[in-house]
Amino acid sequence: MSAQMVCKNASLGYEDGIVAENLDFTISKGDYLCILGENGSGKSTLIKAILGLQPQVSGEIEWCGGVRKNEIGYLPQQTVVQRDFPASVREIVRSGCLAKSGLRPFYSKAEKELAESTMKQLGIGEFARRCYRDLSGGQQQRVLLARALCATRKMLLLDEPVTGLDPKAQHDLYELIAGLNREGITIIMVSHDLTSAIKYATHILHIGGRKQLFFGKTADYLKSASGMLFTGTEMNGNE
Amino acid sequence: MSNIEKLQYYFEFPYVRYAFIVGILISLCSSLLGVTLVLKRFSFIGDGLSHVAFGAMSLSTTLPVMIKQYALSWSGEDKLSPRMQGVVNWFGGLNDMYIVLPVTLVCAVLLLRTGQNTKIKGDAAVAMLSVGALAVGYMLMNRFPSRANISGDVCSTLFGSTSILTLKREDVWLCIVMSVAVIAIYLLFYNKIFSVTFDESFTKASGVNADSYNLLIAVVTALIIVLAMNLVGSLLISALIIFPALSAMRIFKSFRSVIICSAVISVACAAFGIIVSILSSTPVGSTIVVADLGVFILFSLISAFVGKARS
Repeated sequence: MSAQMVCKNASLGYEDGIVAENLDFTISKGDYLCILGENGSGKSTLIKAILGLQPQVSGEIEWCGGVRKNEIGYLPQQTVVQRDFPASVREIVRSGCLAKSGLRPFYSKAEKELAESTMKQLGIGEFARRCYRDLSGGQQQRVLLARALCATRKMLLLDEPVTGLDPKAQHDLYELIAGLNREGITIIMVSHDLTSAIKYATHILHIGGRKQLFFGKTADYLKSASGMLFTGTEMNGNE
Repeated sequence: MSNIEKLQYYFEFPYVRYAFIVGILISLCSSLLGVTLVLKRFSFIGDGLSHVAFGAMSLSTTLPVMIKQYALSWSGEDKLSPRMQGVVNWFGGLNDMYIVLPVTLVCAVLLLRTGQNTKIKGDAAVAMLSVGALAVGYMLMNRFPSRANISGDVCSTLFGSTSILTLKREDVWLCIVMSVAVIAIYLLFYNKIFSVTFDESFTKASGVNADSYNLLIAVVTALIIVLAMNLVGSLLISALIIFPALSAMRIFKSFRSVIICSAVISVACAAFGIIVSILSSTPVGSTIVVADLGVFILFSLISAFVGKARS
């Protein structure tokens, strides 16, 4: 498996202070990496760094294996603006092609076809003309996933994608993502949901207390000290 | 004289026709951008900028008087030197747009910056700037009155020319050029504006420079506000921007249909408002806004009715 992103001893943060330091991990083609960590552990800063929106304070983040910076399909958390946004599913999915269209004012035929086939693939083809705000939470996430897939087919970064979904929709979305992963798309998912992380992910990156607690294969994570601690607390929290 | 004859009579004057064209173009521009501003939760920026435009307008009208007074008290003579008189005359003859436009543009950019900055939160910054500009504007108009009728001046700046016939030929051409520019920008960057409006973080992540498109939106907003000041005055501009968008969003469900519907509503209301104001000599700005308000109420009722029928 060829590496697509290498993070070497990176420290992330703002001018006022470091949020997370000494991050060392590698993402290879076809990986399913879950980033775990409590609120405030620097997860969202790490996302910004991976997306290239906020440069790391020190260390390096390198792209290789045919993936360039900005070639990540991003599924952000939903914002208030989007909940009552009057836009059809087709319009949103097409906007994923924006970076490809450059300064051209309209989408090309190929880009439109890409949007159509992606919608069919994710099972939202029949909703193409429906309004985004009238869809269920799970359907909305599929729309945003289709948009991300229009941007790139190499790597997806999902920021807590199942938040606010009912258990059935959560399960369906996880299966859909796992299916995309089997097709060879690299997945990076930020999550609170430990059970599903262990079930689906091939690799785990656990950050907390401003540093990297664990990075490695999921099986090794379960044996590691931080894994046992985190799974333990998680279970206590659920009781 | 019947209404039709009255209209025919009025429309024989070229400046009535020009004013009609300007009204249509301005309402078209403001409705296009209004959808984006409402959805981005930027409607308050439009409101703030309109007050800034009022302040700038006051500055522009009082500038010749101000210069004259200070020059007289500084030199201690009763008459201005020919050179100074030239300066005063030059400022007096200057089109207000050349002062109002740059000031509003700068404030638009500043407001957008503070929106992202955490020191003064966006809404507080807008409130501060808008009341500040109002106060300064009113004070300038009182301290350096350019004409005897101060309250009339203030009123026409706030609520638009009491008659559209006071538009100058130069204003008309400036309006036409700027409206065409706004519409062209909107058409060329339609997809980008949609994406930036719907999801800024995704747009940024895919490598599109979202900040520069935000800047573009702010600049175009400032342009439209300065344009619309002639038509409806600075207090009522916000109505021109938000009402058509809100009405269209009641009923239509895709971005494109909302934009088109909003443009149609806005143009229809502007045309209706101008014609009514000619026929029954009502102030043109408020007539247009009342028409917009009427459409909004109508569309709200329709959407409530349709919603009930569906469920």
